[in-house]
Amino acid sequence: MSPRIILDTARFHIVIDRLCHQLIENHKDFTDTVIIGVQPRGIYLAERIVRRIAAIKKGLNIPSGKLDITFYRDDFRTTKSPLKANQTVINFSLEGKNIILVDDVLYTGRTIRSALDALLDFGRPADVELLVLIDRRLHRHLPIQAKYIGKTIDSINDEKVLVEWQEQGEEDKVWLVHKINPERS
Amino acid sequence: MSLLSQKHLLGIQDITTQDIQLIFETAKQFKEVINRPIKKVPSLRDITIANLFFENSTRTRISFELAEKRLSADVINFSAASSSTKKGETLIDTVNNILAMKVDMIVMRHPNPGAHQLLAKHIDAQIVNAGDGTHEHPTQALLDAFSMQEKLGDLRGKKVLICGDIKHSRVALSNIFCLQKLGAKVRVCGPPTLIPKFIENLGVEVSYDIKESLQWCDVANVLRIQLERQDIKYIPSLREYSMAFGLNKQLLDSLKKEIVIMHPGPMNRGVEIDSDVADSKHAIILQQVENGVAIRMAVLYLLAGKKE
Repeated sequence: MSPRIILDTARFHIVIDRLCHQLIENHKDFTDTVIIGVQPRGIYLAERIVRRIAAIKKGLNIPSGKLDITFYRDDFRTTKSPLKANQTVINFSLEGKNIILVDDVLYTGRTIRSALDALLDFGRPADVELLVLIDRRLHRHLPIQAKYIGKTIDSINDEKVLVEWQEQGEEDKVWLVHKINPERS
Repeated sequence: MSLLSQKHLLGIQDITTQDIQLIFETAKQFKEVINRPIKKVPSLRDITIANLFFENSTRTRISFELAEKRLSADVINFSAASSSTKKGETLIDTVNNILAMKVDMIVMRHPNPGAHQLLAKHIDAQIVNAGDGTHEHPTQALLDAFSMQEKLGDLRGKKVLICGDIKHSRVALSNIFCLQKLGAKVRVCGPPTLIPKFIENLGVEVSYDIKESLQWCDVANVLRIQLERQDIKYIPSLREYSMAFGLNKQLLDSLKKEIVIMHPGPMNRGVEIDSDVADSKHAIILQQVENGVAIRMAVLYLLAGKKE
């Protein structure tokens, strides 16, 4: 299997735009709504969405935060090399808020399970919605679904979805690559 | 890499600079956790930790216990005063009996230097050294260096003075190893009787002039006179020690710069440090205590990640 592009740069931007418009459709003026990006890569998508909505809705500034789930993982002793912990920045209470939880790829659902646990430590939210750029729908281990999806793909376990961000010095693109040999052309 | 190189934390001497940096990075995240309204994460909920204190402790024991509880570990406490070691049981037997009750990690303080190394050879559980005699006290050195770094940034080239009873201090030895691994320059200062012979071989400077040493340093870590470990008289009297080596406001005001004051506790006010220094804005003694919990959480968390 050779690596292939799932989203090229142009489509990538169109998808983010569409997600923003879906959010605006459902949330009107975003009262009591906050956007939380899951570390490490969900934060880029969360930041883009905040900026894009601010542009569309003329300076509407939705509070946003970063959530690190490392300490909440159920597998940190079984993985070969445990993940390094990242920063959590949530400078407000989540009590009674509508949360839009943002991540790049939804795969087994375990990250989101941990994220839900982690969120509860900041208060009891009124409502949590999940937004992802890529949904690998065939691999869920837990009953978790996203409400807003950039693109749904059918992939096999040996494959890996690689999201590249401008913020990391790459082009905005999404690849489907082989897990063992993730070389891209 | 996000794994420690060692299975145990026996001393700073055994771990690498990368290990220290990994512990610091992880501790930074835990510091955020312990400042939340809910100060607890579920990381170690499947781990049982035994705190074995064969020597007295307030700060270290509470700090370890809090760190363990904030990581959701199960905790049992043991202190030598109320145990069967008084009935003649050996250390290895005591620990093996505790491990038979399915304990995963041991945090131990012991009056004999090297007790942890001995134990590590005979048992499977992971061991964290909470102080062994006059040898090492690794978590104290880590939290000291972490607090310095918070205050001063990168420690490379920074000058650190350790003054007081160097001879009987495990904090001094662990601090020297830790600071040198992070690239700081270390000097020790105290009465000649309380400075071990040949300590220069560790690459530290030695001085007997407290004023000149304070002028030289960016940070002064002040140690207590450990009378309980002194079998003979090393100093004429505490009062004389205080007059010659004690830190007071007058001495600090006479310096041409501001320095950071640290103390690992317990403090003897009026002996090695005066109240107007200990309570001044230059002292970060209570920040050290706060960072202690975060550092110990990081150490326990990272060691648990090493468990097969």
